[in-house]
Amino acid sequence: MKQEYIISAYSENHIGLLNRITIIFTRRKVNIESLTVSESALAGISKFTIVVNEEKEKVVNIVKQIEKLIEVLKAFYHTNEEMIFQEIALYKVPTQALMESDQIEKMIRSHNARILEITKEYTVIEKTGHKEETQALFDGLNQFGVLQFIRSGRIAITRSPIERLSEFLRERDALFAKMEAKVK
Amino acid sequence: MTTKNEKIKNNPKETIEMSGSEAMVRSLVAEGVDTIFGYPGGAIMPIYDALYDFGHAVKHVLVRHEQGAVHAAQGYARVSGKVGVCFATSGPGATNLITGIADAMIDSTPLVCVTGQVTSGLLGTDAFQESDVIGISMPVTKWNYQITSPDEIPEAIAKAFYIASTGRPGPVLLDITKDAQFGKLQFAYEKCTKIRSYVPEFPTDKKHLKKAADLINAAKKPYLIYGQGILLSGAEKELLHFIEKTGIPAASTLLGISALDSDHPLNMGMLGMHGNYAPNIKTNECDVLIAIGMRFDDRVTGNINTYAKQAKVIHIEIDPAEIDKNIKTEVAILGDAKHTLRLLTTLVNEKKHTEWVNEFLQARQKEHDKVIVNDLTPSKPGLTMGEVVRLSTDLTDNKAVIVTDVGQNQMAAARYARFKQSRSWVTSGGLGTMGFGLPAAIGSKFGAPDKEVILFAGDGGIQMTVQELGTISQEKLPVKIVILNNDFLGMVRQWQELFFEKRYSFTEITSPDFVKLAAAYGIPGATVSDRKDLEAAMKTMIEAKGPYLLEVKIEQEDNIFPMIPAGATVSRCLLGSDEL
Repeated sequence: MKQEYIISAYSENHIGLLNRITIIFTRRKVNIESLTVSESALAGISKFTIVVNEEKEKVVNIVKQIEKLIEVLKAFYHTNEEMIFQEIALYKVPTQALMESDQIEKMIRSHNARILEITKEYTVIEKTGHKEETQALFDGLNQFGVLQFIRSGRIAITRSPIERLSEFLRERDALFAKMEAKVK
Repeated sequence: MTTKNEKIKNNPKETIEMSGSEAMVRSLVAEGVDTIFGYPGGAIMPIYDALYDFGHAVKHVLVRHEQGAVHAAQGYARVSGKVGVCFATSGPGATNLITGIADAMIDSTPLVCVTGQVTSGLLGTDAFQESDVIGISMPVTKWNYQITSPDEIPEAIAKAFYIASTGRPGPVLLDITKDAQFGKLQFAYEKCTKIRSYVPEFPTDKKHLKKAADLINAAKKPYLIYGQGILLSGAEKELLHFIEKTGIPAASTLLGISALDSDHPLNMGMLGMHGNYAPNIKTNECDVLIAIGMRFDDRVTGNINTYAKQAKVIHIEIDPAEIDKNIKTEVAILGDAKHTLRLLTTLVNEKKHTEWVNEFLQARQKEHDKVIVNDLTPSKPGLTMGEVVRLSTDLTDNKAVIVTDVGQNQMAAARYARFKQSRSWVTSGGLGTMGFGLPAAIGSKFGAPDKEVILFAGDGGIQMTVQELGTISQEKLPVKIVILNNDFLGMVRQWQELFFEKRYSFTEITSPDFVKLAAAYGIPGATVSDRKDLEAAMKTMIEAKGPYLLEVKIEQEDNIFPMIPAGATVSRCLLGSDEL
């Protein structure tokens, strides 16, 4: 059964890693629903957050293939329930519409959105949340004509109390130490 | 020159100024490279210029096409166990390597391919002979890297060799811009021993090992199948000890051939679509299936939904991504085959499975009576591929390195060549690359100069890379070439006969006069079409001091059996077209 999975991968911050990771999906004809890449808490290590709608077996295989890449430290997969995640959306609406009724203001309040910039022509609104929430605000605002709209890829952290990467790096150091000891 | 060499030798830690090109060649020498297959061109000229001074340390073999270089490097790596190295220039030189790199990737062959690249300032400008070889080769390399500064060279080479040769081996490509070759650096070489994001081999899980041993000890009908992992980890002796202690019958994948003596009483032959009858059908009768250093390729498993469902599967494998990829396992042991087998052998009981082994032998007899007899001692006048292949290994005491192309010639060689030495079988497995044979035979001869190297190729495949006769000629390389000529693209024709109502769509192929062609390259040869002349002709070929080409006219419409039709269960291993 297909469902949404969040794949997180930690890699060295090297040129070409994004390509190396995405071709694993392309080869298996798996569509990437959303993708975010940025520096992780550890300097020099990038974190990829990739959302796919796929069968578990395929996701497990993809995660193993990602981990097989030389410059990838570790990859995980999670269901939505196992993670806390957010996306950010920006909306540009005509300022005129804001002036003419209080509906937009009410929407901003009820959706916990905020205004980033107001000019004579347009107002930029920001909202973070799940896709359904940013979409609901879009649908509401669009009654007044949304001039521009952009939504980010997903970012996500696990519900476990510790950063899994730090835990992993400790394990790996221990593994290398053990391997070196064996060689000696 | 000598002073520089001595300086580097005496003070390996001390740096010395030199060009990127020289550093490239010195790094290769430091990695123990003694043979490079390549073809020069504009963007790699500085490296070739540096190579000019290293004739004493490195043999460069000029091929006739870059595809020849990479297949030769593969052949060299497969027989020697060392990393194969090839050079090509940018653009078309680099793209011509891709088929061989893809072949090495799927067959886990360690390679370091060095390609020249346009000057870094011209990258992305569609400069003359610029191709994005990093992008193109990404899906078919274990790792690749573009060097744009001379300082990066020693470290990149060290990483390339470490990655290519450790864990599950594979091809690495280094693309080096012309300015990085010309530029200067302070050279010192240090081998790579660790990359924090890469674990070549995981330590053995003792619990899994114990669980596997318990399953094996309790098994009534255990069966072991092995692949190239045995050869890659050098586990031939460990495999032998394990099967002799446990009495378990064993069969190999196409690439596992030569890991175990063909004449060993527990060697049941080859698995797969055109493998032996017993190994295939017994897969669906065993109770414990021990798979070592193999990846359950579809040519081995047939329909995976009906593959070994009755058996508990133990998978010993170095690559975590292969575990449960195609076949679900009861126990998986991650790690190197040699080390794992050594540990496992201490935990298993001494046993004999006489009745079970007899079942294999009965099945073997069935194949013998219906297929092998007709292939090896045919009653019809036309020559068979099987009798030609068997004669060649009989005449070389099963010690020759047998190289094949792809198709019927390959399957006949896999089925009928006999081996008593490891790493003496070179074939293109996963990718099935026609044209692999001739250049791979060249590389094999450089990798095993003391062994007889015999190539079996069809009339189709040989013509895909036949220009490499020029390389053989220039090197006066004693490679023995047997062309099994049936005037057809035989394997495709066989499928057309069996599954496409004999509609022979574009499989009839004409050939040049191969003996004359060889003669044009200064290579002696002969043609045989009569059985009574075969042995004498084969002896002449084997006794030839230099290269030799023997064309054997084969019965035109012979088929390779047994055969498991594509997508069928391994139990449906057909011994003839009457069983279809």
